[in-house]
Amino acid sequence: MNIKKILPQLLTLLVVILIFGFFSYNAQVNMENRGITFGYGFLSQESSFDVQFSLIEYDGSHSYFRAYLVGLLNTILVSVIGIIFATIIGVIVGIARLSNNYLIERSASVYVEFFRNIPLLLQIFFWYFAALRALPLPQDTEPMFGVFFLTIKGFFVPAFVWNNLDIFIYSIIAAIISIIFIRIYAKRKQENEGVQTPVLSISIGLLLILPILSFLFGGVDASVEVPVIKQLSQSGFTYEGGIKLPPELISLALALSLYTATFIAECVRAGVQGVSKGQKEAAASIGLTPNQVLKLVVMPQALRIIIPPTTNQYLNLTKNSSLAAAIAYPDLVLVFAGTALMQTGRAIEIVSITMLTYLSLSISISIFMNWYNKKIAIKEK
Amino acid sequence: MFKYLKQLTSLVAMVAVLFTFTTETMAAKKSKTLKNTQKKGFVRCGVSQGLPGFSNADAAGNWTGVDVDVCRAVAAAVLGDANKVKFTPLSAKERFTALTSNEIDILSRNTTWTLSRDADIGLTFVGVNFYDGQGFMVRKNSGISSVNDFKNGVSACTNLGTTTELNMRDFFNSKGISYEPVTFEKADEVVAAYDAGRCDTYTTDKSGLAAQRIKLSSPDDHMVLPETISKEPLGPVVRQGDSVWEDIVRWSLNTMIEAEEYGVTSANADSMKTSDNPAVKRLVGAEGELGAALGLDNDWSLRIIKQVGNYGESYKRNIADTGILPDRGPNELWTKGGILYVPPAR
Repeated sequence: MNIKKILPQLLTLLVVILIFGFFSYNAQVNMENRGITFGYGFLSQESSFDVQFSLIEYDGSHSYFRAYLVGLLNTILVSVIGIIFATIIGVIVGIARLSNNYLIERSASVYVEFFRNIPLLLQIFFWYFAALRALPLPQDTEPMFGVFFLTIKGFFVPAFVWNNLDIFIYSIIAAIISIIFIRIYAKRKQENEGVQTPVLSISIGLLLILPILSFLFGGVDASVEVPVIKQLSQSGFTYEGGIKLPPELISLALALSLYTATFIAECVRAGVQGVSKGQKEAAASIGLTPNQVLKLVVMPQALRIIIPPTTNQYLNLTKNSSLAAAIAYPDLVLVFAGTALMQTGRAIEIVSITMLTYLSLSISISIFMNWYNKKIAIKEK
Repeated sequence: MFKYLKQLTSLVAMVAVLFTFTTETMAAKKSKTLKNTQKKGFVRCGVSQGLPGFSNADAAGNWTGVDVDVCRAVAAAVLGDANKVKFTPLSAKERFTALTSNEIDILSRNTTWTLSRDADIGLTFVGVNFYDGQGFMVRKNSGISSVNDFKNGVSACTNLGTTTELNMRDFFNSKGISYEPVTFEKADEVVAAYDAGRCDTYTTDKSGLAAQRIKLSSPDDHMVLPETISKEPLGPVVRQGDSVWEDIVRWSLNTMIEAEEYGVTSANADSMKTSDNPAVKRLVGAEGELGAALGLDNDWSLRIIKQVGNYGESYKRNIADTGILPDRGPNELWTKGGILYVPPAR
């Protein structure tokens, strides 16, 4: 062992430990001086505050831990919606920026330059208050297709009331499993015999037919519950029944996806441009159709460039969702690091839990994306 | 080996610095808010982000309000000049952390005195400078004239991290009404959302409703319902563990209220030194040694009355004359039918 190599490392470690020790000691002394106790016991206490929008059953008689779960699920919900829409918009705009059509290319560029250069918080405020100003009051709204109601108090959509929902879910699971098997079979067949199977049309067919069969023979039954207008006072109305998406969720998801999509669009553009022209020409010269060129030659190589920076954008979107507190969307920061922190006064405990939660969320996303990146990386044989 | 000597010395120096800090923290166990304030030359005061009548900044950055006047009174008592205050605007969510982490020394921000806040989180409430209660604001054309007119599904806008959130739940639960709470971090957003029609009602302390109503696009279309659903004694807060500072803030506030009781105003304070009433003489420092008990000189209370005025003057200037709540209600002296009653300064 070389002491010259180890000594600086050891000293660095020592300094890091000392700094952490200093801060935790200081916090302890200060908390003791001010009579603040430390502990996580409050998590099981009754929270006694309500939350506007929750994916699980919750009211003030549940525990603070349950309130934490409500916030966490709401954060995950808006992040997932945001990631899906940001990816769709990002891919479309990224490809549009490469278009030969002047108008399409220009409008895509303007979109990217406009939305990525305005601070996200301002965009969230803009969409929220613009939406609030522009949306009609419940009593003035025109229904879309007779059953959707977009109002200032939220987007009211019909809900399904199921009979034998489990059989329906089993039929979808069965369809997915058969698709996986068909894919494996199709791949083997192509490698052995060089014959291609139309996997996509078969998959779509299976996904449609099996659930339909469950309706016809499995006793599955779904009725639709349409929201109904309800009068609260002489001038106040709302809708009852169905599912309600609060305007806070809609505008937050909109702002997050429009903002993040600009960065993803640039990643996509970089990825596609990163594949050399020779690759496309070579692929075309061996007789692949333009679709096959894109699917088999360009995209696999472009994805390797696109995935790592896009992972960063997904992480950013998830973390940016914490700006929700500004517009009353009950995410983790608003419910747990906001109301719960205020009502218990347990700043250190709650902030540490919140930090760890965001850390775990981000790490899960990057583990998944790294796995995907590895899967599509060049496999050298 | 010598190659690393330089790095080694700097590391040792860093560690040494850290240790000095640590020992200093241990020595500073006895709090010194008063000493620090006198050394800095200003009082660090946490206020709201803009609540007319209580703490509100004008375009030039001058703060006014009854909450602001408490801090000004302390500055007058401790530093001799009511203007030597540094105001820090805080959201409801930030306020207690700012106080316990030493960012500010007084929190005077329409804060409700409750048991859990007083006992649990390292704070001490020193008194009440405004007796308030939670109410509801609705649109006049809704036809709602009482809290009993609310129906299932009503949506209520309010501020995040306040007692309001808890009272609202207690209230709607006791009435058996299901409701939708929409909570914002800043008051301006609450007002904007209610104004746009996102919520059927806006609920907070009644003084807050009266003050925020002015900010609505057409204030006359809205009204505050008569019922009060909670007790909200608002008052200044200090950190737990510094009883001298606690006493200074408490008696600065009490001085303002007692001055009104004895008719001592900013205009006549000097002439009151020769009053026949010993209580008045004590109040303006012409008799007794009350300042010494607080670690201050004997003119501390006189300066408060001369520079800030008594409670009545402060109320009139900030709340009555601005049209927020012309009627003093419970915030009238006990001798005039209100509940303002402070222990005697003697």
